[in-house]
Amino acid sequence: MTLAVKEEIRKGLRKPMPMSTNTAIATAARDLDVDVVSAYPITPQTTVVEKIAEYIADGQLDAEMIHVESEHSALSAAIGAAVTGARSFTATASQGLALMHEILHIASGGRVPVVMSVATRALSAPISIWNDHSDVMNARDSGWIIAFVSSAQEAYDTVIQAFRVAEDPDVLLPFMVVYDGYLMSHTMEPVITEDREKVLAYAPKRDYPHKLDPKNPLTIGTITDPNWYYEFKYQQVEAMKIALEKFREADREFGKVFGRNYGVLECVHCEDADAIVVANTSYATTLKYIIRDVREQGMKVGLLKMKLYRPFPVEEFLKATSSVDTVLVVDRAISYGAPVQGPLASEINALYHSRGLDTKVVSVVAGIGQRAFKDDDAKYMFKLALESRKAVPEETIFYGVRK
Amino acid sequence: MPDVKELPKGQLYKSLFQLPRWEGLVSGHRLCAGCTAGVIVRHLTKVAGPNTIVVNATGCVEVSTTPYPYTSWNVPWIHVAFENAAAVASGVESAIKVLKKKGVISDDYKVIALGGDGGTFDIGFQALSGMLERGHRVMYVVYDNEAYMNTGIQRSGATPYGAWTTTTPAGKVWRGEWRPKKDIAAIVAAHRVPYVATANPAYTLDMINKFKKGLDALEEGPSFVHVIMPCTTGWRFDPNLGITIARLATETGIWVLYEIDHGNYRVTMPVKKRKPVKEYLKLQGRFRHLRDDEIAVIQRMVDEEVERINKIVGKEVIGPVAP
Ligand SMILES: Cc1ncc(C[n+]2csc(CCOP(=O)(O)OP(=O)(O)O)c2C)c(N)n1
Ligand code: SF4
Ligand SMILES: [Mg+2]
Repeated sequence: MTLAVKEEIRKGLRKPMPMSTNTAIATAARDLDVDVVSAYPITPQTTVVEKIAEYIADGQLDAEMIHVESEHSALSAAIGAAVTGARSFTATASQGLALMHEILHIASGGRVPVVMSVATRALSAPISIWNDHSDVMNARDSGWIIAFVSSAQEAYDTVIQAFRVAEDPDVLLPFMVVYDGYLMSHTMEPVITEDREKVLAYAPKRDYPHKLDPKNPLTIGTITDPNWYYEFKYQQVEAMKIALEKFREADREFGKVFGRNYGVLECVHCEDADAIVVANTSYATTLKYIIRDVREQGMKVGLLKMKLYRPFPVEEFLKATSSVDTVLVVDRAISYGAPVQGPLASEINALYHSRGLDTKVVSVVAGIGQRAFKDDDAKYMFKLALESRKAVPEETIFYGVRK
Repeated sequence: MPDVKELPKGQLYKSLFQLPRWEGLVSGHRLCAGCTAGVIVRHLTKVAGPNTIVVNATGCVEVSTTPYPYTSWNVPWIHVAFENAAAVASGVESAIKVLKKKGVISDDYKVIALGGDGGTFDIGFQALSGMLERGHRVMYVVYDNEAYMNTGIQRSGATPYGAWTTTTPAGKVWRGEWRPKKDIAAIVAAHRVPYVATANPAYTLDMINKFKKGLDALEEGPSFVHVIMPCTTGWRFDPNLGITIARLATETGIWVLYEIDHGNYRVTMPVKKRKPVKEYLKLQGRFRHLRDDEIAVIQRMVDEEVERINKIVGKEVIGPVAP
């Protein structure tokens, strides 16, 4: 937040409202004047849709709500609406995201700019309604833009940015805004909301270029033989590159207009650090809160908060970690049987090697099924990162599990 | 948009010559020679006209009409997946509704969802029920070739008793499909939608008028037309016999043509004297393995169904089997 905004708050010109991340997201959808919302209830996403329903019921938002009978239909209907030219929003979590899986790929392959919020939650079996990142990691290769957010304010802001980027005619990719179920979805934080006119000026509704329109009949979703399919897929590769540039720009512009922005990632105390901890969503917030203490204790550590995950901001990431020889990556999902079992750690490992760098990567899995992760655990991560400089653990550490 | 004269709301076709020359589905598609799906869909688009959006489930019609970079469609058309045509159509319809209200678009397009029996009776059943129950103004048309044809003739919930398919082969133990066909139209009717009908491409005027009524009903809610669709490849018959077999389906009482218009059940094509089912079965390789006693079982099943329908109507609209 810029000083100017802080000053406005101090003077009482702007009043942050207490909101959960779920409410903040619903409010962003309202302020974006979304046209169609199609969603299916699942804990911990439900209150997003309930809040949107309230906004529509109260006349604060003029939108069609499709009370679909499944998440598979939720995304299918959102695609149908978007392709007809409506600004379309949906929200889900966990089993719902898994049930959508088939359609996730169709949304990106079909270049449909749907925006979806995901309140991350563990996957069955055994059933768990609590948080981890198994659901989103299972969807990471589905061709969506994926951004992790760490606060209710960032969620509100990022949903607005998401529509601007997704609907950009040079991008046209679906966008997932990802945050932590319970740890964020149901906790209150102060959130500043913006005027609809200002939001719509920043993220204007645009004419979807490949619309279903009887005046210009198009055939969408054809069967595509080996002579063509690959080129369609490569266009998605290119679109991701463009999306990275567009997101950087959207974030800068957001900062100018609203006085808040987050970058594609954030690095705290990275310049003089000996080791860096990489984390996202609420874990990044906890680690950021603790880093002051550990720094005071003389530990030269940094924190890298991952924001944009797909497309991966490779250059920013390498630059931010260029001064350290060791990074510790906290994953909240397990890639069972993989050489490195933390999926994010695995990617970061591969990144360093592909660039000929020998930065060491410590893979830590934590918070599975919302196993508690508190201040002391955060402190330990920094300590472990430093200790690992001498000898990197060969295998993924399953932190906090009873073996 | 081409200027195509549409028949006003509430009016029905008296002759096929009233259909426009305009084509919504043009030739060059890759349906098998003799496939009756083309006849059905072509007439469907003629009735609907150019101011229409078609949502197609995965299946023979979808793959055969859109081999990239070609298309047979002259109306906006979208295919998303196999099981979700009704859900996608719900989204399209909702978008039209809200965009019209917000003044972004001025026209009210007709929305048609089109699926095969597999995409409708089985994997798309849940999405269909949701669409109907929520009252989206979409006409859902199922072309029923009684199996998963696109993947190579596997049985579906629409496969009739006794039929050979690649997953219900006729051998020493199995004698083809052993369960009766799912009564999808009755299930749809249980959603209390304004218009439900069965149709048959051999009775073209009856079929197009059902499409017309289904589209006219969209002012109030969803409609559903269930069309029998003989498949030369899967039913194992000579490609020139498609319409003959379709007609026999109705003449034998296997495929009774009716509509449920605002709850009023009416048989639109009464049959005074039924032909024995054997005449229908014997033209199709998928029933070749059936013995006379097995054919007698099918005849009995049809007799019972005819009796049930006559009871609903309150008089004998479908007559007895003529010797
Ligand atoms: C989720 C999913 N499961 C299976 C398939 C494979 N599949 C494609 S078309 C088809 C059969 C379609 O049958 P039907 O709906 O009866 O249409 P028809 O091919 O007979 O016209 C199947 C099984 C698929 N595309 N998607
Ligand atoms: S397999 Fe049957 S339904 Fe499919 S195109 Fe051929 S004849 Fe038509
Ligand atoms: Mg079929």
